[in-house]
Amino acid sequence: MPAFAAPTDRPSKLEVRSLSFYYGRQKALNDVSLSLPERSVTAFIGPSGCGKSTLLRVFNRIYELYPHQRAEGEVLLDGRNILDRSLDLNLLRSRIGMVFQRPTPFPMSIYENIAFGIRLYERLSKADVDARVEAALRRAALWDEVKDKLQASGLSLSGGQQQRLCIARTVAVKPEVILLDEPASALDPISTAKVEELIGELETDYTIAIVTHNMQQAARISRHTAFMYLGELIEFGATEQMFTAPKEAKTSEYMTGRFG
Amino acid sequence: MTRHDKRKLTDRVMMGLCAAAAVIGLGWLTLILGALLYEGLAGLSPAVFTEMAPPPGEDGGLLNAIYGSLVMTVIAVALGTPIGVLAGTYMAEYGRHSRLTVVVRFINDILLSAPSIIVGLFVYELMVTRMGHFSAIAGAVALAILVVPVVVRTTEDMLNLVPNALREAGTAVGAPRWLVIRSVIYRAAQAGMVTGVLLAVARISGETAPLLFTALNNQFWSTDLNAPMASLPVTIFQFALSPYEDWQRLAWAGAIVITFTVLGLSILARSLTGPRRER
Repeated sequence: MPAFAAPTDRPSKLEVRSLSFYYGRQKALNDVSLSLPERSVTAFIGPSGCGKSTLLRVFNRIYELYPHQRAEGEVLLDGRNILDRSLDLNLLRSRIGMVFQRPTPFPMSIYENIAFGIRLYERLSKADVDARVEAALRRAALWDEVKDKLQASGLSLSGGQQQRLCIARTVAVKPEVILLDEPASALDPISTAKVEELIGELETDYTIAIVTHNMQQAARISRHTAFMYLGELIEFGATEQMFTAPKEAKTSEYMTGRFG
Repeated sequence: MTRHDKRKLTDRVMMGLCAAAAVIGLGWLTLILGALLYEGLAGLSPAVFTEMAPPPGEDGGLLNAIYGSLVMTVIAVALGTPIGVLAGTYMAEYGRHSRLTVVVRFINDILLSAPSIIVGLFVYELMVTRMGHFSAIAGAVALAILVVPVVVRTTEDMLNLVPNALREAGTAVGAPRWLVIRSVIYRAAQAGMVTGVLLAVARISGETAPLLFTALNNQFWSTDLNAPMASLPVTIFQFALSPYEDWQRLAWAGAIVITFTVLGLSILARSLTGPRRER
């Protein structure tokens, strides 16, 4: 499998080099190489079980919460291999944030949900934390809806609001990369549209990797698209080209709905 | 008779048997509570809560026994809860897949159903014979040993109920594991864990055997942890077996106090876990 360079003039932020991943003995990723350009949205598509979520979970090493899961190869963040054993995982995760498929607000107030992450790595005055919480909520287009009930439980929000709260929580830590694992698949169309709009706005400041089942969504919001199948990266290129003139037969078959 | 009729008949018969079994089970409980109220209400008066245990033939209450039970229960919970919560946390969070967890869980289950008199004898050997006398602290330790397995079990179960998604979410913002557990996971499991402690209190508040060999009893007011101390169950045991009618009446009153305390704790535990279940 040839390495796919970032098909762009933007510098690469995250570079994957011949990455393989195992759940126990089962191989879930096979020799994947690609590079995510800085400050742009890269979408990962492919049928269920193709390894796209697995790939995302390697980027912040969240898989290490579970035994018997391991990655081989290299993933370079600004040139430094994040699979390095000696790396501080908590620090890595403050640089690479993640939003999950189902909204996962912490069982605490809306305010605390955001402040929790901020206080982890910064000693700030109450006023500064307040300002950061507000900025993060504004960034996630949630401020107007929650500004009068910051002390209410995060769980009292609707599903779409909860997901935007999770995005705000991620943004508040000021990461460099944001990983989105099907962030809109559990949401209604209106909430989905809001989240998509939000992703478009975040692109100016963050490198974003999004896994999605929804091909239209990938086409709408991403600059580059990676198509994966059975643990392999089949094709990676500019989204427009991928959707109009894919080079690989498998890609066009998937795009036209012949399998998956 | 068609197959359909037959099935309907079987259904009715089985339904009837189930209902009968439920009525029999509940029936005994009703009878016990009824007898308790019938016999005990007469002896229940403010004096029960304000006066000392009397010598036979005189008026009095159960104040020293109630106080003793309270003190020993509080110390037992204070000793047993941290151990139980930490052990349960290890089993559910850090060592979920480890061999040690399997072993500890197995032993804990045995301890959970171990006859409490054995715990009493164990503490008797461990503390009473060495100290040379019975003491409230020995009683509290015996009760603490009964608290631990209940709290370990509920803590582990409740933490296991917290979805992994929440652990991942906490980890993904860059929080170290201990902080995720303390600030996020404990909060999500809070109601269940508190219930575990309440259940442990309910369990020990009626225990007699472990106290007989450890705290023994005390006819008089005593706040000395290094001396024998009265407790409700032991006092009930002593008074109920006595030939004096006023002592027997006090025993019934004490039984009511324990029963309704436990009932109250159970209701509290229920209301904590019940309707507010999140998602």
